Amino acid sequence: MWPIRELYSAGLLVYAVAALAGLVAHLRKINRAWIAPLQCYASVTAAALEFTASVGALLSGSEFNWSLSSGIPFIHYGVRLDPLSAFFNLALSLLAACVAIYSVGYLRHGAASRRPSLFCCFLNLMLLSLTLVFTASNVVFFLVAWELMVVSSYFLVITDHESEEARSGGMLYMLMSRGGTGLLYIGFLLLASVAGSMEFQAMHGSGNKLSPTLGVAAFLLLFFGFGVKAGIIPLHIWLPAAHPVAPSNVSALMSGIVIKTGIYGMMRVFFDFYGELPVWAGMLVLVVGVVSALLGVLYALMEHDLKRLLAYHSIENIGIILMGFGSALLFRSFGHPQLAALALVAGLFHTLNHGIFKCLLFLGAGSVLQGAKTRNMEEMGGLIRRMPSTAFYFLVGSIAISGLPPLNGFVSEWFTYQGLLAGFGATPTLTRMAFPIAGALLALTAALASACFVKAFGITFLALPRSENAERATEAPHSMRTGMAILAGACVLLGLGATWFVPIFAPITQQALGVQITQQLVSGNSLLLTAGSVRNGSVSPLMIAIALVALGGVPLVLWLVWGRKSPRVIGPTWDCGLPGLTASNEFTATAFSKPLRMIFAALFRPRREIQAEFDVSRYYPKAIHFESEIQPTFETHIYDPLRVRILAVAARMRRIQTGSIHAYLAYIFVTLILLLIFGVRE
Amino acid sequence: MIEQVLLVFFHLALVLLLSPLITGFNRVLKARVQTRQGPSLVQPYRDLYKLFRKGMVIPDTASWIFTATPFVLFVTTLLASLLIPTISAHAPLSLYGGVLAVVYLLALGRFFLALGGLDTGGSFGGLGSSREMTISAIAEPALMLAVFTVAIGAGSTNLSTVAQSGLGQSWRFLAPSQMLAFAALFIVLIAETGRIPVDNPATHLELTMIHEAMILEYSGPYLALIEWAAAIKQLVLMTILVNVFFPFGLSVDWSPGPVLLSLVLFIFKLLLLSVVVAAVEVSNAKMRLFRVPELLAIAFVLSALALVSTFLFQG
Repeated sequence: MWPIRELYSAGLLVYAVAALAGLVAHLRKINRAWIAPLQCYASVTAAALEFTASVGALLSGSEFNWSLSSGIPFIHYGVRLDPLSAFFNLALSLLAACVAIYSVGYLRHGAASRRPSLFCCFLNLMLLSLTLVFTASNVVFFLVAWELMVVSSYFLVITDHESEEARSGGMLYMLMSRGGTGLLYIGFLLLASVAGSMEFQAMHGSGNKLSPTLGVAAFLLLFFGFGVKAGIIPLHIWLPAAHPVAPSNVSALMSGIVIKTGIYGMMRVFFDFYGELPVWAGMLVLVVGVVSALLGVLYALMEHDLKRLLAYHSIENIGIILMGFGSALLFRSFGHPQLAALALVAGLFHTLNHGIFKCLLFLGAGSVLQGAKTRNMEEMGGLIRRMPSTAFYFLVGSIAISGLPPLNGFVSEWFTYQGLLAGFGATPTLTRMAFPIAGALLALTAALASACFVKAFGITFLALPRSENAERATEAPHSMRTGMAILAGACVLLGLGATWFVPIFAPITQQALGVQITQQLVSGNSLLLTAGSVRNGSVSPLMIAIALVALGGVPLVLWLVWGRKSPRVIGPTWDCGLPGLTASNEFTATAFSKPLRMIFAALFRPRREIQAEFDVSRYYPKAIHFESEIQPTFETHIYDPLRVRILAVAARMRRIQTGSIHAYLAYIFVTLILLLIFGVRE
Repeated sequence: MIEQVLLVFFHLALVLLLSPLITGFNRVLKARVQTRQGPSLVQPYRDLYKLFRKGMVIPDTASWIFTATPFVLFVTTLLASLLIPTISAHAPLSLYGGVLAVVYLLALGRFFLALGGLDTGGSFGGLGSSREMTISAIAEPALMLAVFTVAIGAGSTNLSTVAQSGLGQSWRFLAPSQMLAFAALFIVLIAETGRIPVDNPATHLELTMIHEAMILEYSGPYLALIEWAAAIKQLVLMTILVNVFFPFGLSVDWSPGPVLLSLVLFIFKLLLLSVVVAAVEVSNAKMRLFRVPELLAIAFVLSALALVSTFLFQG
C-alpha cells in the first residue's frame, strides 16, 4: 500500500519548515543568495510528496482521516484525503512544483528579489494553507486555513508595496475576500446547526435537513461566498485588480489554484452538503457560468495589459467550469445521475486544465515582463525571436486555453458541450431550451477566446518590436523555462492521453453522485472518448494528433513533386511604397479588438477622444492625440454606489468608535451578556 | 485495416481533386451571369500547379509561425474533411471526431492563419486577422446552435450517425426545424468561406478585404497550400450542408455500385448548392463590415427558431 498518510504529513512539514526558515532568515537579516532557491526546492520537494500522496489516494480509492482535538468542543484539527480533496490537492501540487522551479530564476529580478527569503516564506505558507484548505475536514479548521491562505496571498500580492497600484489591488482583494468569508461563516453555521457537528462528514446532506427557507439561504450564502473567491461575475472585480500587480509567479498560483478553492468549496456544497437541490439552483449556477464566461472573455478582449487580460480569462474559465457544474446539478434534479456524472467530469477536468494552462500563461507573461519590462502589449512585439522558448510555451498555452484540438482545453470543452447537448433530451419543459442556448454561448465564448489569444500572442510575440525594451529583451533563465516546459508538457499529455486520465474521476463521481461513468466515457481500446456511448458521439485527441502529423505527408509529397525547385527569397513586407516598414505600421492590440468593441458597444460604451494639431489644412496634422477607453460597467454601476453608501454608514458609525479602550470593553461586556441571555432563553 | 487505409486515401484523393472544381465552377457561373467570358473550369487546378512551381518571398519580419501556418491550415482542413461523410455515410475517420472536432479543427487552422497575418508586421495582415477572428467569432453561435439542432435530432454528434439517421427519411428536410437550420448554416457558409456579401474573394482593395488581407504576404507553394485549404474548407462546409440535410442517394457502405451512384449525386448536389451560392453572390453588393453582425444575428435567430421548432414538434 501507498504510505499516503506519511507522504501527506511529510509534505506539510516541509512546507512549514521552508516557511519558518525564510522567516528566520529574514528576521535575522541573513542575506545569502542560496536561501531563497533552497526554499523553492523545498517547495518542490513538498509538492512532490503531496502529489504522490494525492495520486495514491485517488488510485487506491482509500480515504484517510486524521484528527487532533483542540480541547474546545466542536473544534478539531482534522484532515481528510477523500477523492475530491485528493483531486484538488493533486492539481495544487503539480502547479506548486512548476511555480517553485520557475521561482528559482524569477526571484533574481523584480520586486520579489528585494526580500527573497520573506517572499518564499509567504509562498510556502500559502502552499501550506492551500493544502489544508483542500484537505481540512472540520469547518473551523477549514476557515482557519482559508483565512491563512487569504492573508499569505495578500502579502504576496503586495510584494511590490511601494507601488500605489499594488497596494490598492491588494486591498480590494482583501476586502472582497473578507466579505466572501463573512458569507461563508453564516452559511457554515446554518449547516452546522442542523448537523450538530462541525465535521464535514457529519454535515453530509445536512443542507436538506434545514427548513426550506434556511436551506435556500445557506445555499445562496455559500455559493456567493465561494463565488467571490472563484471570481464569478458580478463578484469578480478583485481579479483584474489584484492579479496583474502581483509578481507573476504569484499570479500564476492565484489564477491557477487559489480561485479554484472557490470551486472546491462549491463542489462540497453542491454535492456533499446538499443531497439534492431544486431546479432553480442548477439553473442559477448555469446562468452565472454562462454570464461569467461571456463577459469575462469580452472584457479580456478589450485589455492590452497582458496580465489583466489573463485575469479576465480566469473569469471566463470559471464560467465554463460552472456551466459543467450547473448542468450536473440540473441532471441530478431531474434524476439522471449518469448525465450528471458526465457534466461533473467536464467541470472537474476543466478545473485542472484551466489551472495548468493559466499557470503556464502567467509564467510566460512573467518572463515577458522581465524581458520587455512592461505589461502593456502595445510596447511589445517581436519577442518570438528574442525569447523563442517562452514564445513556444506561451503558444502552447494559448492553443490550450482557446480549446483547440488536440490539447487539454479541447477535451474538457468537448465534454462540456456533450453534457449540454444531452440536456435537451433529458430535461422536461422549458429547462431543456437553456442547454443548447448555453452551448451556443459557450461556442461564442470559445471563439472569442481564440480571437483574444491571437491578439495576445500575435501582438506580444510576432512582427517587429514596438519599444526599445522589447528590442533588448532576452530569454528567461533555465529554471523559468523548465517550469513552463513541464506545464506545457502537461497540456499536451492531458490532451493526447485524456483517455488514460479520465478514469481518475471515477471515485469522485462515485462520492458525489453515487455513479461511476468513466468506463462508459472511454472505449475503443482506450482510443476514444465518448459522450456516454460511442453512438452519442466520440472523439480521439490522440488519433487527431496522429492523423494531423500523418497528413503532413500530403504537402510533403506535393513539395517533393512540384515545389522542390521553387526558390525562396527573403524580402521586405509590402509597405504601400512608403520608405521602410516600422513598428508603427503594425496593427496594435487596441486596433485588433476594435471591430468587437464596436459590435458590443452596448456593453462596453466606448469613449474616445481625438485631438489633432494642424497648420494649413486638417488633412495634414502635425500631431494627433488619441484617447480611448471603455466603461467598466460593474465598477461604475454597482461598486461605486455601494462604496459611497458604505462610507456614509461608516461616517455615522464613527460616533461609537471613540477610541477609548474602556468603551470597547463595555461593548464586549454588553454583547456577552446579550448572547448569554439569548442562549439561556433557547 | 488495409481497407481502412485505402479508404482514407480514396477519400483524400476525392477531397483534394474535387475542391478546386467547386471553386472553378463558382467562378464560371458568376462570370456567365455577369456576361463575362470568365476563366475556364479547370483554372483553379492550373493556378495551384503554377503556384507550386513558383518561387516565393518570405517577409524579413516573419518568424517560424509564418512558415508553419500554411502547413497547419492545410493539414487541419484536410483532417476535418476526413471526419465528414461525403459519398458514403461512413466517413473513414468519423469515430475519431464528430461535428465538434470538425468545427474546432477549422478553428485551429484559422488560429494559425490569423497569427500568420500578424507575423508579417504589415498593416494589412493584422487588419485581415482582426476582421477574420471577429466575423468567425460572431458566426460561431449560429453555427453551433444549428449543428446542435441537427445533432439533437439524430441523438449524436457523430456526422456519420447523423447522415445515416437522415437516410431513412428523405423528406425530413421539409420539417421546419431542418429548413430553419439549413438557412442558418447557409448564412454561416457564406460568412465562413468569405463570399459576397461578407467578403469578396476576388478583391484586393485594402479597405474591404478580409481573407485576402491575411494572406497578402504569402506566395508560391505556401500560397498554393492556403488557397487549396480554403477550397477544401468550402467543400467541407458545403458537404455538411448537402449530406446532413439532403442525404438521399447516399451510400450506406463502401460497396462500389452505390458509391458510384452517390458520387454522381454528391457532385450534382454540390453543384446545385454552388448555383445558389453564386446566385447570392451576384445579386448582392458587399456589405459594410459592421453590417455583417446583423446578417449573422439573423442566422443565429434562424437557428434558435430551428431549435424552438424541434422543441415544439418533437416533444
